Amino acid sequence: MNRFLLPLGIFGLLVVVLVIGIRHSPEKGIIASPLIGRSAPEFSLPALMQPGGTVSTASFKGRWYLLNVWGTWCGECRNEHAMLLRIKENGAVPLVGLDWKDDDAQAQAWLAQLGNPYESIGADRSGRVAIDYGVYGAPETFLINPQGIVVFKQVGAITEEVWTGQILPRVKGQGSR
Amino acid sequence: MRRTAWALLAGMLLGLPGWALDTTVLPDPALQARYVGLTHELRCMQCQNESIADSPVDLAADLRNQVRDQLLQGKSDQEIRDWMAARYGDFILFRPRYSWGNAWLWGAPVALLLLGAWVAVRVVRQREHLLAADPNPDVVEEDTPR
Amino acid sequence: MLPELGHFTLILALFLTALQAFFGIAGPALGRPRWSAAVIPALAGQAVMIVTAVICLEQAFITNDFSVLYVAENSNSALPLFYRVTALWGAHEGSLLLWILLLSLWSLAVAMRSRTLPEAFASRVLGVLGVVSFGFLLFTLLTSSPFARLDPPAPDGRDLNPILQDPGLAVHPPILYTGYVGFAVAFAFACAAMLEGRLDQAWARWTRPWTTAAWAFLTCGIALGSFWAYYELGWGGFWFWDPVENASFMPWLVGTALVHSLAVTDKRGLFKSWTLLLSILAFSMSMLGTFLVRSGVLVSVHSFAADPSRGMFILVFLAIMIGGALTLYAWRAPLLKSPAGFELGARESFLLFNNVLLVIAAATVLAGTLAPLISDALKLGTLSVGPPYFNPTFMLSMLPLTALLSVGIHAAWKRGRLRDSQRALLISFVAAAVAGTGIVFGLYARGSLISLIAATLGVWILISSLVDPVDRWRRGLSLPRAVVGMTIAHLGLGIAVIALTTVQSFTVERDIALSPGESAAVGAYTLRFDGVQPVEGANFNGIGGRFVVSRNGHPVAALNPQKRQFWVQRQVTSETAITVSRGDNILLALGDDLGAGRWSVRMQIRPLVSLVWLAALIMAIGGAVAASDRRYRTARASVAAPSGAAPEQA
Repeated sequence: MNRFLLPLGIFGLLVVVLVIGIRHSPEKGIIASPLIGRSAPEFSLPALMQPGGTVSTASFKGRWYLLNVWGTWCGECRNEHAMLLRIKENGAVPLVGLDWKDDDAQAQAWLAQLGNPYESIGADRSGRVAIDYGVYGAPETFLINPQGIVVFKQVGAITEEVWTGQILPRVKGQGSR
Repeated sequence: MRRTAWALLAGMLLGLPGWALDTTVLPDPALQARYVGLTHELRCMQCQNESIADSPVDLAADLRNQVRDQLLQGKSDQEIRDWMAARYGDFILFRPRYSWGNAWLWGAPVALLLLGAWVAVRVVRQREHLLAADPNPDVVEEDTPR
Repeated sequence: MLPELGHFTLILALFLTALQAFFGIAGPALGRPRWSAAVIPALAGQAVMIVTAVICLEQAFITNDFSVLYVAENSNSALPLFYRVTALWGAHEGSLLLWILLLSLWSLAVAMRSRTLPEAFASRVLGVLGVVSFGFLLFTLLTSSPFARLDPPAPDGRDLNPILQDPGLAVHPPILYTGYVGFAVAFAFACAAMLEGRLDQAWARWTRPWTTAAWAFLTCGIALGSFWAYYELGWGGFWFWDPVENASFMPWLVGTALVHSLAVTDKRGLFKSWTLLLSILAFSMSMLGTFLVRSGVLVSVHSFAADPSRGMFILVFLAIMIGGALTLYAWRAPLLKSPAGFELGARESFLLFNNVLLVIAAATVLAGTLAPLISDALKLGTLSVGPPYFNPTFMLSMLPLTALLSVGIHAAWKRGRLRDSQRALLISFVAAAVAGTGIVFGLYARGSLISLIAATLGVWILISSLVDPVDRWRRGLSLPRAVVGMTIAHLGLGIAVIALTTVQSFTVERDIALSPGESAAVGAYTLRFDGVQPVEGANFNGIGGRFVVSRNGHPVAALNPQKRQFWVQRQVTSETAITVSRGDNILLALGDDLGAGRWSVRMQIRPLVSLVWLAALIMAIGGAVAASDRRYRTARASVAAPSGAAPEQA
């Protein structure tokens, strides 16, 4: 074999890697969560809507739920809100809110004004729980199954496509089995 | 989106509009050195190519506090790295893990060095053979006297 | 109308570069010298067209024509005139135009010197350069025209990114690009030689000054960028191993290897196929850098894929150009044989080691830079690669390189005669070890083994660099500029090694919170905070801190770092304040208002860091001196009968 073909071969491999790089670049901003397939981190937080109450992961065991990370300081969360209300209306899977580094009064006012899609909301004032979930921007949403395993994570607002294409099939598929 | 447009300039600068100061002081200089080292090798997840030590965003400050608290609790550097990676994935580590999946990356410089040495030895041997057969004594220098 | 004229001249330039490429390559191939005669007029024409386009775009910037999208996005009526001019290359489209302009100017320079080259060869070189120009012009016109209109026009522009509102933008990109683009000339010479099948030493002799000049520009450009990042970005680092930096550093490493292998090919007719390959690789690295920076594949988390179609275009162009050249290489290189020999201790051996190590260093940087992509492609998961990877792996090949350099300089060509130099080697090494220890323990009173080794190697390079010129002087030989340039460049490298050692080992950095009137001790210095005051500029306002740095009770400097808020983009930038005292580069950056008059401030003391940039500048000057050697200019006559090995024809 002609050893002078070697550079061409290496260059060819490089081009293949770069083509794959370009193909994947639209999803570059989304980092695969190491939590997928693992137990959702446990937490017990003050409940935003019931003074003195708590919201804890233990109480969701045995059913599907969506954990939605939001905050009143987050513009994209406002855009997502209408979708969240539709999800509540649909009723297939309950929404649990994680109010991330927020002011309780502002959060309550936001829900009073826009409507409350959540079954319950934990107030993560220090952001410590969000760190356990590897949250790096709001909104982020985790789909958690009855065994308490994270099966899907959406970075950014949930859209109609994500809801019907990613979330519903997972919930329904599991239910019919 | 426009924010990143200027970063396309093939210069030295990246799209880093912010930077942060970190006035954290740990009681023990050795601990402080480990704190500085660790915060510089953890990536800020919200920003481009910045470590949490340099990033101005809230989350970076929270993560720096985690590093500080865990150091004070007596955790090792590797425990803290693992703690971070369990939440944010290996993407947060500017120091790629010494794992089998990354063996090619860490091994590449050493393998290249060995390959380079092998090639160099072969070339020199071959040239020494040629030299032995070369009747001319030395290189003619293209020099002119002053 | 002028923007349309600019766009039109770019289209004309595209056609002219197509002619330049076609006539340049087809003329000699089909044996039609009259076709080749059309190459220089076509080149002159495209250069005029491109200069016109640049003028049209400048005009739009200077007159605040916000009906041009690119101007509206990167300028503002409040922007000072100087920055309106430099804003031309402040973003993707305009910087691409700058790239094209510089390529055109390099081509013109080659054409002007082409009288010393055989006509057919010159025609091919300019033809290949035409192909490169054509590709980039097509890229601009199809994906990135800077002349696109905005309808209706914006009332005002979105302003140039504040970080770019700095004299650094005026010099860094043009010089860096001149270096990048300059490797296209070496690439064109290599392709022309392969097309012609004429790969004798003459080819190396012709290529040398161009490559060295491009290398000098690249060296200077990288240093300027590093300096700019140091004082402008606010966190005071000067090298971050960021993908964008690596994109400029890889061509530099390969280019450095090329400069050295050309010396061997020119002098001894050896390493021909290797030199050819490096000529292709150096430019490939430039192109790859362009791709990495402009396609968005590597910019991480919050960047949005700039435009995959742009990335795809460059990739296809890259694949055609580089793939074509490497195919040509696989066909021609096997025909290259050289019967010349040398021994292990000869200078050729050391230059071989130099090349191997530099290429390994470049490959390591490439592996680290592309690792996230490769890991993703192989489904090994996401990962990041930062300084903790690059620093040690880079040292792995660079430390042996610096050590071998000092020995190699003592070696003669062909038969090394290192035995004769044994004494000199030993004395210079001992002297270097003493001086290195002196630097580490004398000046800084502490140090690790690695800093001791590195400082010693640095001083050893300084001493050894003088071996060649001193030896020539003793023997009563002339001192050609090539030798002077080499000596200067190696002295620069020695200084760089020493300075990098002190910076890496002895930097003191602290972030402190201070109230007015308070002081803090940082390293050997004391920092006193005297409060803040408002500052105002043409398109920003901000806050300036008043600080006094002193040493042993004696004031060293009053420093006023600022934070500026720019009106249009609402972005806050940091204006660092820098002073130099006893070789220590002291940088202050103002942090945040902590309330009640307290402010946080970063103070960095980087010993000898200024020498890092100065050293790079010295290396660049060395390159410039070497490139101007008379031997290269009168090449034709002396090359007719190459010395040394017999010329080989493929």
